Amino acid sequence: MSDIVFRFGGEGGEGVISTGELFTTACARSGLEIYTFRSYPAEIKGGHAMIQVRVADVNILLSRGGTADVLVAFNKEAYDRHYKELRDGGVLVYDNTDFLPDEDTRTIKYPIPFNKIAMEDIGIRLTKNMVALGALSELFGIPQDKFKEICREKFGKKGEAVLQKNFLAIEAGVKYVQQNVKKADSLRVQPSGRQPRLVLSGNEALSLGALAAGLNVYAGYPITPASTILEFLARELPKTGGSLIQTEDEIAALGVVCGASFAGKKAMTATSGPGLSLMVEMLGLAAMTELPLVIVDAQRAGPSTGMPTKTEQSDLMMAIHGGHGEAPRIVLGLTSVEDCFYGMIRAFNMAEYYQTPVIVLTDQALAQREASIVKPDTSHLEILTRRLPTAADLADYQRYKITPDNISPMAIPGMPDGFYSATGIEHTEAGGLNYEPANHGKMIEKRWKKIEGVLKQPWITKNYGTPNPEVAIIGWGSEEGVIREAVENGNKEGMKLGAMHPKILWPFPTEAINTYLKGVKRVVVPELNYSGQFAKILKQNLQDRNIDVISMAKPGGIPWSPAEVLAQAKEASKHYV
Amino acid sequence: MSKMTAVQYKTKIEPVWCPGCGDFGVLNALCNALSVKEVDPKNMVFVSGIGCSGRLPPYVQSYGFHTVHGRVLPIATGIKVGNPDLTVIAVGGDGDAFAIGGGHIPHMARRNPSIVYIVMDNGTYGLTKGQASPTGPLGMKTGASPYGTVEPPLNPIAMALAYDASFVARGYSGKNKELEALIVRAMNHRGFSIIDVISPCITFYNTYKELPPQLAAIPADHDVKDRAKAFELALRDDKIHLGVFYENERPAFEDRLKETADKARGAGAPKLDEIFLEFA
Repeated sequence: MSDIVFRFGGEGGEGVISTGELFTTACARSGLEIYTFRSYPAEIKGGHAMIQVRVADVNILLSRGGTADVLVAFNKEAYDRHYKELRDGGVLVYDNTDFLPDEDTRTIKYPIPFNKIAMEDIGIRLTKNMVALGALSELFGIPQDKFKEICREKFGKKGEAVLQKNFLAIEAGVKYVQQNVKKADSLRVQPSGRQPRLVLSGNEALSLGALAAGLNVYAGYPITPASTILEFLARELPKTGGSLIQTEDEIAALGVVCGASFAGKKAMTATSGPGLSLMVEMLGLAAMTELPLVIVDAQRAGPSTGMPTKTEQSDLMMAIHGGHGEAPRIVLGLTSVEDCFYGMIRAFNMAEYYQTPVIVLTDQALAQREASIVKPDTSHLEILTRRLPTAADLADYQRYKITPDNISPMAIPGMPDGFYSATGIEHTEAGGLNYEPANHGKMIEKRWKKIEGVLKQPWITKNYGTPNPEVAIIGWGSEEGVIREAVENGNKEGMKLGAMHPKILWPFPTEAINTYLKGVKRVVVPELNYSGQFAKILKQNLQDRNIDVISMAKPGGIPWSPAEVLAQAKEASKHYV
Repeated sequence: MSKMTAVQYKTKIEPVWCPGCGDFGVLNALCNALSVKEVDPKNMVFVSGIGCSGRLPPYVQSYGFHTVHGRVLPIATGIKVGNPDLTVIAVGGDGDAFAIGGGHIPHMARRNPSIVYIVMDNGTYGLTKGQASPTGPLGMKTGASPYGTVEPPLNPIAMALAYDASFVARGYSGKNKELEALIVRAMNHRGFSIIDVISPCITFYNTYKELPPQLAAIPADHDVKDRAKAFELALRDDKIHLGVFYENERPAFEDRLKETADKARGAGAPKLDEIFLEFA
């Protein structure tokens, strides 16, 4: 079995990230599992850029991994920042035309003059990235043909001359290693012989999920880290006959989505925290008028502009409660790249079925990292659409009729006899304005009761590890893989750890969680925010007040690692009496 | 569908407006225009913002969406994009259009969806009891400006012309036939049309007496394609001109979106599975 964490660091805008991406694709095409993590500067040029790629031949990769096995440092800053996270006995590959590392025996070091080879042998400085890939190919056994194949697809359009320069650079890297480097480590990437994987970022998987769910109208405003959804769908949505609008602001984006949904179409927007803040007034309108729609929030560190390129899970409370009055909505947390695809289908299905806004929480780390997934079988997906009025309903049409499940058939403009006027003012079942407290009580209850039905869905939570554990771990959203890996590692060591991971965050899966926690004394709650938002909601909803909730909260930047979660679980189990 | 009379376009719901409100005139002219255009009510959506005028949708036999303050235009755009076959008419007041929602107008002008926007402009916030609006005169004394406002009014027509809205007109709720004709013409226009309708508030800012002498029809020889001339008319401060200032046909948003989809699709619609292969 091979399981290797590669980390690439260098100057932003110099191709460090795209080098990591090429490396990633080459490994996925070799049938390997991939999990990437990246950190950009907010600036387009300059600053420090880092991408970490975990490559393995196991069945599933749950996290970005802990310390790095291989550090590829393009400059001194990369070395200074990351060397301490290179494990003992790990491999440092560095550009010795840029800097020389301190002398120590902690790691194995391969100096390779990327810059010098690029300038002297190829004559183009930026081909140093290809030189590096060639060197890695030779050092760790990834076939160089894979790199060349991807280069041809990526740069083929730029002409044969450019392509040949890149090929020469790859070959120069290979040759340099053959002639000058004596391999002193035992790390090898083993092509698995399995079918090639799709390599998708979280945002790409999410966008594909929306298309598979039947998305028809997308509206959005550029914002990091959600812009890649806008760009992906700008390219792909028109191919399916849908429409995309880049609006003047996020308020207009949700406005377009509300309008399109009113007209009978599946519609969504995607944004980040600042955009969701702008949308909350209209979110109330959507809840009040019972419009099916999906809002994706790719969370980033806040408040205010915060750290646009850094991850955080700090919008949970806003997603659940944001807005004036009490506007019910469903909130889902996406848990992995694969879940981004299937989670969006669930989001649209729930929006349509319950005629409600659905907020989908992802975050910068999940949005931008790539992972390998097996190609989804689109012929077996369950796709739901909203309940339409029957002829009998239309005979005396009441848009907000109270039914046994509180879901009212929704007329669509164009239908004869379905006339109604949707309004944000409190209204009767027939849709007429009404200010009577009794009617308000009845209608607000209808809207709240309606979405509770979602808690009967089978997918709302997922369990891992030991049933009836001595320590349970409950996290949410993109922490799933990290927690699962911590549980697996702890149980290998003989601990009795278990995890429940809710995919639904609102309405809160109170019953499922309380049932799971019967007999459990301690719960560790890892999340990426300062105040422990999920832990607070969990505490409010625990039936057994003796359960000790250990909030493991830190503000964003870098996700928890499996080792950190496991350490906390161990600490909790020590006190177990 | 057999032709409906103007009265048949009205629902039985009694408007909440004060007796004598200009908005009754707008509602009448609208229903007359719908009758002339023979619009099928099932394919029509009235979208409104917040304010007295925002109450209009349920008074017309059609689908309606009474939304939030200032956002009538993006929501109307979503409806039109969602189903381009619908007749979409947006209505609202001057606070809705030019204060809280003013930021959307330039982008409507750029996009140019086939939506008629009727602004019932009375210079005041009637529903909140008479504060000055962006079109109220300088020095207007209200509860929120007891010493008189210190902000001069904006000029909605000049603003719409500056944004290059493709159809710009002004009407008066007291001149029903003329207003009806303007609405019909706006509905015939392919693209975004904005009609600023002076629609006095009888309770908080009654201008019925002083208004008529200031009104003048746009000269019959005005060339509606001449934007510079339209500006001249809009900037005149001796008269308030009524009629079509500017009309310029250009591709509508919904048509451009369709073109984009056709271009993206090429020969045939690809299956989702083909999009997956881009990531292999």
